[in-house]
Amino acid sequence: MAEVEETLKRIQNHKGVIGTMVVNAEGIPIRTTLDNSTTVQYAGLLHQLTMKAKSTVRDIDPQNDLTFLRIRSKKHEVMVAPEVPLIPCNRKCSSPL
Amino acid sequence: MAPRLKKEKLESKPKSAKQKIAYEEAVPVSMESIGHPEIFPLVLTTKTQEIFNCRAGEDITEEHPNKLIKKEDIIQDFKNRAGISDFHPVKKIVMEYPGEELLVVYDKEFKYGQNFYLIGTEEAKESILNPPEEQVDTEEVKESVEEVYVYKPPIPKPWVSLGSEKEIEEESVHESTVRAKYKISRERRQFGAPIKFGDYNASSVKDSYIECTAYADKNFTVKQLEKDIAIQVIPILMDTYTQTQWKFPRNATTQYMPREFSKEERETLLQSKDLKDFLNSVSLSVEAALQQNEIMNVFIDDWKVLAEEEATFGDKTDSHLKEYQSFTDLHNIKDKTITCICWHPTIYGLIAVSIAERLSYEERVQFSGKLLLQPSLILFWSFSDPIHPQLMLQSPDDIFCFRFCPSNPNIIAGGCINGQVVLWDISAHSERIVHVKGSGSTSKKAVLKPIFLLEPDSNKDAPYVRHCAVSSIEYGHKKLVTDIHWLTDNFEVNRMGYAFENRSGICCQLVTCSIDCTIYFWDIRPTRPPPIPTDKKKEETVEVPHDVPSTFLHLDLSWRPHIRITLAKSGTTLDHCPVKLSLRNESLNYQVQDAQILQQKAQIAGEDPYHNLESGLAKILKPIEDYNTKFFVGTEDGEVIYTDWRMERDHDSGRLISQKPLNRYAVHDGSINTVQRSPFYQDIVLTIGGWNVAIWKEGVSQGPLLLSACSTKMYTSGHWSLTRPAVFFVGKEDGYIDIWDLLEKTHEPAHTQNICITSITYIRPWMFSSTKCIPLL
Repeated sequence: MAEVEETLKRIQNHKGVIGTMVVNAEGIPIRTTLDNSTTVQYAGLLHQLTMKAKSTVRDIDPQNDLTFLRIRSKKHEVMVAPEVPLIPCNRKCSSPL
Repeated sequence: MAPRLKKEKLESKPKSAKQKIAYEEAVPVSMESIGHPEIFPLVLTTKTQEIFNCRAGEDITEEHPNKLIKKEDIIQDFKNRAGISDFHPVKKIVMEYPGEELLVVYDKEFKYGQNFYLIGTEEAKESILNPPEEQVDTEEVKESVEEVYVYKPPIPKPWVSLGSEKEIEEESVHESTVRAKYKISRERRQFGAPIKFGDYNASSVKDSYIECTAYADKNFTVKQLEKDIAIQVIPILMDTYTQTQWKFPRNATTQYMPREFSKEERETLLQSKDLKDFLNSVSLSVEAALQQNEIMNVFIDDWKVLAEEEATFGDKTDSHLKEYQSFTDLHNIKDKTITCICWHPTIYGLIAVSIAERLSYEERVQFSGKLLLQPSLILFWSFSDPIHPQLMLQSPDDIFCFRFCPSNPNIIAGGCINGQVVLWDISAHSERIVHVKGSGSTSKKAVLKPIFLLEPDSNKDAPYVRHCAVSSIEYGHKKLVTDIHWLTDNFEVNRMGYAFENRSGICCQLVTCSIDCTIYFWDIRPTRPPPIPTDKKKEETVEVPHDVPSTFLHLDLSWRPHIRITLAKSGTTLDHCPVKLSLRNESLNYQVQDAQILQQKAQIAGEDPYHNLESGLAKILKPIEDYNTKFFVGTEDGEVIYTDWRMERDHDSGRLISQKPLNRYAVHDGSINTVQRSPFYQDIVLTIGGWNVAIWKEGVSQGPLLLSACSTKMYTSGHWSLTRPAVFFVGKEDGYIDIWDLLEKTHEPAHTQNICITSITYIRPWMFSSTKCIPLL
């Protein structure tokens, strides 16, 4: 419990971070730092988009999987990190610089 | 009763007999129905098993289900036990069995219906006894074949006829009849005889021709009874459409609520290990992404930024030369050419221009009388007054080149068309030209007044300043002086050409070159005192006008150079005619700060050192070691010469002679008009002559570093840029200026611009703060 808290706190305290949310596989929020209505809206919309993105990546290459999703808009950037089952990946999909 | 029993017995007997018969006549049931005609299922009771030593589980097991039983034993059994022998059903097979031993196989799974089965044929027996090895063999063989695949090229096999040649024979066309051959020839004696041809109508003579008219022969018309047609089947396409009809519009709403976890569920989930693992795995990438955002501004619009860069870089309007100021004098300049331009070293906005007549030598001789009346001038222009020159310096003849003295900008030295070197001292007028701006502003106010009222204003008149001193006509140059330079004030040169530390602390030596193939070094300090009476006789006492300063009176008309260098071409009697010089350590631009340095130097020396030139001579000469006494010369023929100015003592005659040139390069096609060191690099020299440009490095003797291609127009003037090391300006004879930027392009100028219609004779850039001011005429 403390570990989870600590990790979430660390991410939340990064410069420029407005809020963090943890959502389960079906899109139901588990933990959030934003208010309820915003959380619910984000959870619903992002869940669908992440699923779509994941299925797109899988359609293109069945052995590939979505590791990270970033949506940059004029005002903000939304980052979604889905749970990725461990797949041995080659250099191409390693983390960015 | 008895008869009943008998009957029964009788009945039973025949039954049993029938049964027996039935038994005996029963055909043994084989497994023919399932494809194994040789297998006969048997039931072997334990008694039989004991007799034949094929007890299930002991003698015969699943691993060794086969048992060979001798035929004779079985026959013996038949005799012993007759009907109850287990082998009875297969008695027939046994009797007919060819071999000695029969195979009985234990069938534990009752595959064929009973617990044993008899193999009826020898072949089957053999195959059952010996199969595994064969199978093993084939398997091994197969493996070995798969491992090593040796490529065997296909071997042509003999052709096996399958009847196709008959069809070919039928289809091919052969000539059915033999063709008849005819040979027609004339009589031998008629060969070569003259032939007479005549014309006559063919139809008039009977039998002169035989016609074979064409007609449709019915025998050969073939009615096509069969035809090859290809048909393709396609599905029938049909387009239909339908529209749903909205018969009962009805409003319907749905209300929904998001799914949420209850508090307890959340707690449990947060505690779960899965969540922990997930966060651990994911937090790394999230933090990396966040860091990226911190490092780089992710909200830059790349398109816009790109456009901005384009706009500021290489803006066309910046690199244009804009005409800043043009000077015209109404009285003096008419059809004259400008031979030299110099910026005033300390006063900003003041340039001096020397003008000359545009006449060839013969024309000069012709008009010499007229020319004497017109004064030869150097005009001083200020930027604030483009019409009236501020000062006019008079000289005995047209000036071709002049320079301000670097240590004292009031001293000007110039070279004349007749070979004389002229000196001016304008110290008296220095205040006048310094305060030019003041007079300019007042003149603006005065514009409103009518012109005739302006004339008496003496301030407007530019005074004529007469020269202070001219060089001796006998000992000076014989022909036009093409270039003049002041030597820098850190060294001086003695008669031998060796460099010494400058005793006076000021620029006191000049070097001139002329097209009489000589380069002279001059010293403005007075030479050793005793003037020989013969010299006095030669000197003419010139009445010096009283407003001329007496600074250089000692030099007037008796000034002679102390080093004479001739540029001799090896092998020929002709000499090089130098046109331009370039010495090391020459300052091309004089900064405004230098004025302060000059003042300091003047203070150190005491009074104005130019009025006390003798004081310097009293000191002892201190030689400078290893001073570079080599310099570049450009000649009239287009050759660039690198030579030393030190004099050598000729062994034979004991006279001082000049050294032979160290290097000669003939790269230019016409007369060289510019030989100039780069203001940033002391050993890079630019030469412009004829139709091309060359850049040299001192020390590299193979040739120029860069030699440009020949341009379409002749280059008439050029100069390095004072602010950018790789930029230089070249003026052409059609009024165009080429700006070369070596960092941008080395094969052609970076920018060309037309300035005026006539050819450009001189370019002199000036640096003022950070902007560039280029005067060009």
